[in-house]
This record gives sequence, C-alpha cells and structure tokens, in this order.
Amino acid sequence: MADTAALDAAPIAAALPESRDDKALQRKIFIGIAVLLVLAPFVLYPVYLMKVLCFALFALAFNLLLGYGGLLSFGHAAYFGMASYLAAYSAKAWGLTPEVAILIGTVTAALFGLLFGSLAIRRQGIYFSMITLALAQMAFFFALQAKFTGGEDGIQAVPRGNLFGAISLADDRAMYALVATVFFLGMLGIYRIIHSPFGQVLKAIRDNESRAISLGYRVNQYKLAVFVLSATLAGLAGATKAIVFQLASLTDVHWSMSGEVVLMTLVGGMGTVFGPIVGALVIVTMETYLAQFGAWVTVIQGCVFVLCVLLFREGVVGLIARILRKPL
Amino acid sequence: MMTIFGVPTQALFGQLLLGLINGSFYAILSLGLAIIFGLLNIINFAHGALYMMGAFVAWMLLTYFGLGYWWALGLAPLVVGVFGVILERVLIARLYKLDHLYGLLLTFGLALIIQGLFRNQYGVSGLPYAIPAELSGGQRLPFMFLPNYRAWVVVASLTVCIATWLVIEKTKLGAYLRAATENPTLVQAFGVNVPLFLTLTYGFGVALAGFAGVLAAPIYSVNPNMGADIIIVVFAVVVIGGMGSIIGSVITGFALGLVEGLTKVFYPEASSTVIFVIMVLVLLVKPAGLFGRTA
Amino acid sequence: MNGRFPLAALAGALLAGAALIAPASAQTAVKIGVLGDRSGAYSDISGEGSVVAARLALEDFKPEQHGLKVEIVSADHQNKPDVGAAIARQWYDRDSVDMITDGVTSSVALAISQVTKEKNKVFIDTGAGTADLTGPQCSPNTIHWVYDTVALANGTGGAMVKRGGNTWFFLTADYVFGQTLQRDTTKVIDKNGGKVVGSVKTPFPTADFSSFLLQAQGSGAKVIGLANAGADTINSIKQAGEFGITEGGQSLAGLLVFSSDVHSLGTKVAQGLVLTEPFYWDLNDQTRAFSDRFSKQMKGSKPTSNHAGVYSDVLHYLKAVAELKSTTDGAATVAKMKAIPTDDPLFGKGVVRADGRKIHDMYLFEVKKPAESKGEWDLYKKLETIPGDQVFRPLGEGGCPLVKG
Repeated sequence: MADTAALDAAPIAAALPESRDDKALQRKIFIGIAVLLVLAPFVLYPVYLMKVLCFALFALAFNLLLGYGGLLSFGHAAYFGMASYLAAYSAKAWGLTPEVAILIGTVTAALFGLLFGSLAIRRQGIYFSMITLALAQMAFFFALQAKFTGGEDGIQAVPRGNLFGAISLADDRAMYALVATVFFLGMLGIYRIIHSPFGQVLKAIRDNESRAISLGYRVNQYKLAVFVLSATLAGLAGATKAIVFQLASLTDVHWSMSGEVVLMTLVGGMGTVFGPIVGALVIVTMETYLAQFGAWVTVIQGCVFVLCVLLFREGVVGLIARILRKPL
Repeated sequence: MMTIFGVPTQALFGQLLLGLINGSFYAILSLGLAIIFGLLNIINFAHGALYMMGAFVAWMLLTYFGLGYWWALGLAPLVVGVFGVILERVLIARLYKLDHLYGLLLTFGLALIIQGLFRNQYGVSGLPYAIPAELSGGQRLPFMFLPNYRAWVVVASLTVCIATWLVIEKTKLGAYLRAATENPTLVQAFGVNVPLFLTLTYGFGVALAGFAGVLAAPIYSVNPNMGADIIIVVFAVVVIGGMGSIIGSVITGFALGLVEGLTKVFYPEASSTVIFVIMVLVLLVKPAGLFGRTA
Repeated sequence: MNGRFPLAALAGALLAGAALIAPASAQTAVKIGVLGDRSGAYSDISGEGSVVAARLALEDFKPEQHGLKVEIVSADHQNKPDVGAAIARQWYDRDSVDMITDGVTSSVALAISQVTKEKNKVFIDTGAGTADLTGPQCSPNTIHWVYDTVALANGTGGAMVKRGGNTWFFLTADYVFGQTLQRDTTKVIDKNGGKVVGSVKTPFPTADFSSFLLQAQGSGAKVIGLANAGADTINSIKQAGEFGITEGGQSLAGLLVFSSDVHSLGTKVAQGLVLTEPFYWDLNDQTRAFSDRFSKQMKGSKPTSNHAGVYSDVLHYLKAVAELKSTTDGAATVAKMKAIPTDDPLFGKGVVRADGRKIHDMYLFEVKKPAESKGEWDLYKKLETIPGDQVFRPLGEGGCPLVKG
C-alpha cells in the first residue's frame, strides 16, 4: 500500500489563512515572549528555565520539519546529540570559547542533517520515518563506540567558559542571558522561514506533492533544505544544552529523546508556530516535578501520549488557535 | 580443523544455529506486527510490551495458580489476545481514519504505560522462570552443545508461522482477511463483519506476541524492559521483509537472526546495529521491502 | 468585649512563637538527599531501599541528642547523568540539601561529584563502580563507599586464580564500566600468574548471550569472567546454566553481582557462582538485626550491600557534622569524616582515606546449591575474608591529585 507524506489537514492549524491582523497578533506574542524571557529568571529557577528553552528550540526545529514539511523524523535525537557531543568536546578538550563550541556543534548537526537527509528523502511517509530511525540508531552506535564521547559516562565537566573570551558564563544568570538570546533568535529564524516564499512552497509540497512537482518545483531540493535547516536548529539546541549543563551523554542520542521531542510537539500543537514552546514547557515541567515520583514518570508520559492522540490532537496551542480562529 | 576467515567451521555452525534460534523470535514477533499492519494499518509499537506481558502472564500462571509451562503456552496468548481486543475496541479503533502517525503514537504511549506499570510492580531485576523439565538438558552435537529447549523454540516458532500462513493463504477465513485488506467497504457490503475482523486480527497479532513471550520466559530474563529492547529490532525486520507481507516477515525474521549470528562471530560489537544498516540499504533500493508489494 | 483580650491574645501568641523559635536555633539543620535509581536497571539495589536504609540510620543515630535536626529527601536520576546533575544542582541551589548519597550509576556519580565540588557540598557515593572516583576524578568533597572495580578485580579475580582458575575468558559489556572491569581484573590475573586466553565484547545491553557463551566454551578457559552488571549479568548466568557451562567443568566468575541479582536468578541457576561483596545480610548478628528491620519495611526483601552502604555512610556523616556543628563547608565535613575512623554494625571497623576511598573488609562468597539453601534469601556461603588494606587499590597508585607524594 502506498503512503504519501501528507498528514491529516485537521490537526495542523497552520492551514488557516493569515491576514495582516493575524500577523500583528503574532508579533505581539513575540514581544510578550521577549518580556517573559527577561522577567522569568527573577521568579523561576534559571537552570530549569534554560532546560525549557533548549528543548523548546529543539521542538521548534522538529516542528519545522513535521508541521511545515510534513515529514516525521524518528531520529532527531541524532542531530541534537551529536551537536551536544561536539560542542562539549570542543569546549573541554580544545578549550574553545562557548560561542565557538556551540557553532561547531551546530555545524556538525548540519552535516549530519545533510548526510542523513539526502538518504532519507528518497522515500516517503512511513519509510522516510523508518530510515531516519535506522540512521539515528547508527549514530547512537557510533556515539557508543567512539572514544571521544566517553561512552556511558559521556563528556563531563564541560567548562562554561568565557563568552567571546570576556564574559564569564559560570554565573547562571549570564548563561541564561545567552540561552534566552539564542532561543529568541532561533525562534525568529524559524518564523521567518515559515513566512517566506520558501515556506510557502514547503506548505504546497506538504499538502499536495504531485501538484507541486507538476508546477515545476524541485521538490526533493526543498525537502532536503528544510531537513537540513531542521537538523541545524536542533543541533543549535543540543550544543547550547551541552554548555549549560556542562555534560553530553548517550541520553542525547537515544531514541527515547527522539520520542520526547515528538511528544512535546504533539502536546503543544503540531504545525503551530508557538505550539512546540508550550509543549516543551509542559513536558519539562512535568518531568522536573515528577522526578521525585521516579517510577511513575513513564506511565504518566504514556498517558499523556494516549490522551493527546485520542482527544487532543491539535495540542494546547492548536486548541487555542481554533477557539480564537487565528493561526498561532 | 577447517577455518573460514579465521573462525573454525564448527564454531561458525554453532553460531549460525544460535542465530536461527534468535530468528525464531524475530519471526513470530514480526509476523504479528505484519498482520496488524497489513490489515489495520496500525504500526503497533505496543507489540514489545505485549510480548513482555506474555512472559509475565506465564510467570503469574506458575506463581499464583501453579500452572506450568504447557498451560502457559495456551493460556498466556489467550490472555494477551483478549487484552489486545479490549485495547483495540476502546482505543485503537478510533484512529483508523487518521494517518499512521497517530496509531504509532498511541501504541507508543500504551507501551510506556504497560511497561511503566509492570516496572513499578515487579522491579527490573527480572523474575525466575525455569525451563520445563521435559525440555531441559541438551544434545551434544559435534559443533556445539544444543539445549533441547532452544531446539524446541525453533520447532514451535516454525509451526506457528507456517500454520498462520496456511490459514491466511489457504482458508476461506484468510481469504476474507486478505479481501478486507484490499477493500474493506466492498467486503463489508458483502455482509462480512469487517470491524469484528479488525478486532480479532489485532487480538490474534498480539496473541502471537504473547506466545513469543512464553517461549522467551525460560531463557531470557522475565523483566519489564524485555519488550523495549526487542521492539526496535522487530520493526526493522518488518520493514526489511515488507510491511504487510506475511511470508516476507517470517523469512526475513529467520534470515536476520542468521545475519546477527554471523556478526556476533566476526564483529560482535556491531551485532545490535547490523540490522539497521541492512534496513537502510533495503529501504533505499527496494522501499516496499524484500517481499513487499511495490509501493 | 473590650480591647484588652485581643492584646493579651497577641502577647500570648508572640510569646508562644518565641518559645517555638528559640530552641530550634540551637540545633543544626541537616538535609540529606538520596539520589538513586528508582525505575531503571539498578532500582533493586538502590530505589526505595536506600531511603529506608537512610531512615534506619537516622533512627539509630538519634540526631536530637547530638543537636541536629535531620531531613531526608529522595529522587530518581533514571541512570541519566544529565538528570542526576540537574537534580543535584537544584537540590544544592534551591532546596538547601547538604549531602547527597546513593548515586549507583558510574556516569551519574561522576556528574554529581562535579556539581558537588562546585557547590562545596558533600557527596558520598555507594553503588557506583568506577575506581576513577578516587583516582583521576577524586575530589575533596566526594567519598566512595562500599566497593569499586579494583576491589572487585582483586577479590574475585585474585581469589579465583589462587583457587586454580588460571585461564580466563571474558564476556565484557562494551562500555566504559565493563572495559575497566576487564582491564583491572586482567592486571590481577597476570600478577597472580594466570592468563587471559580470550574475550568478547558484548553490546550493552544484550538479551541473548548464547553465541558469546559458545565462544567462551570453545576457548576452554577454566574461568569465564562476566565483566558486566545488572540485567546483562543475570542473563549471562541464566543462559550459561542452559548451555551446561558449569557441568562442562568451567566456572563462572561474576565480577559485579549483588544479592538481589542472585535472588532473582535463584540458587538452582546461580549455584557455584563466585563473587565478592562487602556485606551480606546473614553475615553476623548485627547484619541480621539490621536486615530484619529493613525487610519489614521492604516487603520482605533483604538489603543489598548498596543499601547497607547508605546506612553506614549516613551514620558516619552525621557523626562528623555533630562534631563540627555545621554543614556549610562540605570539604571540611569530608576532611572530618576522613579524620574519624569508621565503625558501624554493618561494615565493622574501617577508615576513609585521603583520596576519598572508604576502606573495609570484603568477602569472597559462593552461591549455595539448592539443597544447601534453607530459605528464599539464603543464598551465599562465605569462602574467605579479604582484608581491606589488601583488596583496595593502594593509595599512591590511583593518580588522585589530592594524594601528595
């Protein structure tokens, strides 16, 4: 039975047409987020916030591929994780400043994205997803075997270092400022991609690939481009995370990490602009709060999956968008 | 002593035989998955958790009811099958009109729940389940010591796989099943109760997983994580064999067991990953799988 | 009603409040965090049992009599270094936790040790194996209790060779812990005149060891060393029984085995297995007494050496804090713990060395045959006692920067 890549139109609120008012609303939301980012560390624990932001960026990157590209990748942890390892290694073993380390990590993710993407996009639908899973498993195996990753121990004691050689990031607040900036720029970048001519072509491909081909678009190039962009931004998230937590481990490349980002996007709302942020917030908070209940975390995560799929496919932001009748 | 690539032929045959035994598990599990995907279009991520349930039910039958292995072989798949029927009716049936993605996510969530609950209750060290007395001991073959139980696993697995294949390909029931896969509306118009078919198929598919669980209980540790470890490999087997192809998944299951066995001899560290390498290669060359119908 | 009653009530309330506050300030507040694995591969040797052990230590120490007020919190690091480090950080920054114990997983322990050094608190690891915690990664804020890979290598490795097992084949879990275990045991085997005839690296984790066991059988080595842990160890032992390894004349040496692993295997499968542990519930009257109290709270399960370690280190930590009357300087507390010799009902007399290594005797055990076992938890018979100063790595050889000269 043949499979096409397109998902149900129903859960993806991005299908709503966008007017000038809608864009104004979205701009206001951006400003609101910026304000929150500035105020939040005075109220909440900065390290927890940084975790939310890194995962929010990861989820945004994933959603770019899924919600707008219509491609479900089961192996996104590969880009997140490999970037994390390379950033950690360059900061620790080569003693590079954090912004260079993060850059190296991001570039690594882009390269992996290019390599894996060019293999995966040759197929569609579930086969595409399975290839991404298989490739991510191989990346996991590589991370497990390679000497520099430290295997089970991971790369530990990664120095926070001095930003641009001058600003010490050892203080959580300075680190937070960097993470918040990276996140905001990443989020803006994704927004620009979605609302560009490139983004329009992507949506066209997602909704009706054969038609896009008949209109003359080089569909595969577009798909590869969004794949690489998604991988690169996921890598940016991973590299930043490595510097914040001073640690890169196998958890970052494991398939459960790929599953988590799917969960975040699902809960927040696939194909919405802000959904993944909310999704990351919900999931990270849930995990942090439930860590003391240890054994029940998996069960609760499973219940969230089941409930979301059955009753709540549009996710939090998707629901809000539908009620307000505005694209979010 | 003859050697092939530096490995004595005796050792090689021993490893191949062991690979075949592992392949039996892959075959039964991928058979169940393929049946479920072929008819229901659901990628049943919960398959590993249900395999684990089969092993646990076998243990429970022994510990709480004193019913031994041979009882478990019949009862455990039944229990797991009934549980599967309930899952299908209550949860999974709602997703048939939607994209595959949701079926996968739902069953993934179910797997997390089932595994988490069992872990909470029974811990992770695993529970003891002994090989039944009739099957213990082994044969001293020239190239290895073959435990009787492992030989039994191959026999049982082959029997079940062939029996299933016969039912699907050669009986009227199987014909209805195959027709319903091609065109459910038309089949329903002929008066066949298609939703019932779907439910029973899911139940049967997971009953196969439960059966594999009972087979596994005496030799692998009966612990809540046993499903999670094996499910990803079984997925790869199904994809390589051709999703929806019954005979494809069985043959591929055994074949990949052999390949894994070979890898363990020459490059053991890679034995968990070789299946994925093959999967990528197959997907690039023949995306519908080795035996699948063309996409 | 007039204005005097409310005024009197207010005065009374103020006095009562002052009375409540005053004595409390004479006590030192101590908060202990039990950070272990509650849901993963090691949850049976850690988990709720570690919390119970810590509470039992509190009961026995009677903190009020020493001017201390102790609180215990716990969390699950799920065997993930990032989760463990994040919880440790939060506990130290926000929740005023002074000391973290348990730990269990080597990679997580290293991460916690890092954070603890940064925040100048105290970390006493019980279950992790890596000897690097008292080697290149040693820290003035970390103490390594219970066991490490070198001790296991010296114990089981050395003992087996001396008992005639001089040819070895390793089944090694292919990650840092397994490789370190193999490396350390190989050193001991060579030193005692034995020989390693072969080894195979098994992917971590693995469910089926049949082909690796086949290779081990084919090698003809007298001893098959299992350089793995947790579910891998249980599976390899179970399957070794299936393939008639011990009937064929080879012995199995479990390099890292806990009583909970043996319990889940059962004596029928695990009989004859040789292992090294520093604690066993049935060793003497004191261990039996503790284990009874423990099992009442743990649905009949007996404590593992990791649980006993938590009990023992909490006791010793509180002794040090009681003397210092403060918890603010973690390194000073650890220095105090190194200055006071240890003595507790479970591990006997011992000492904490300069590199953070706790020294105590270890024991070589063999798993009983089913006929010899009189109960569900009657699992071990003691073969010999290995004195603490012989079984652990000598102080100067670890490469710890804290050790001078």
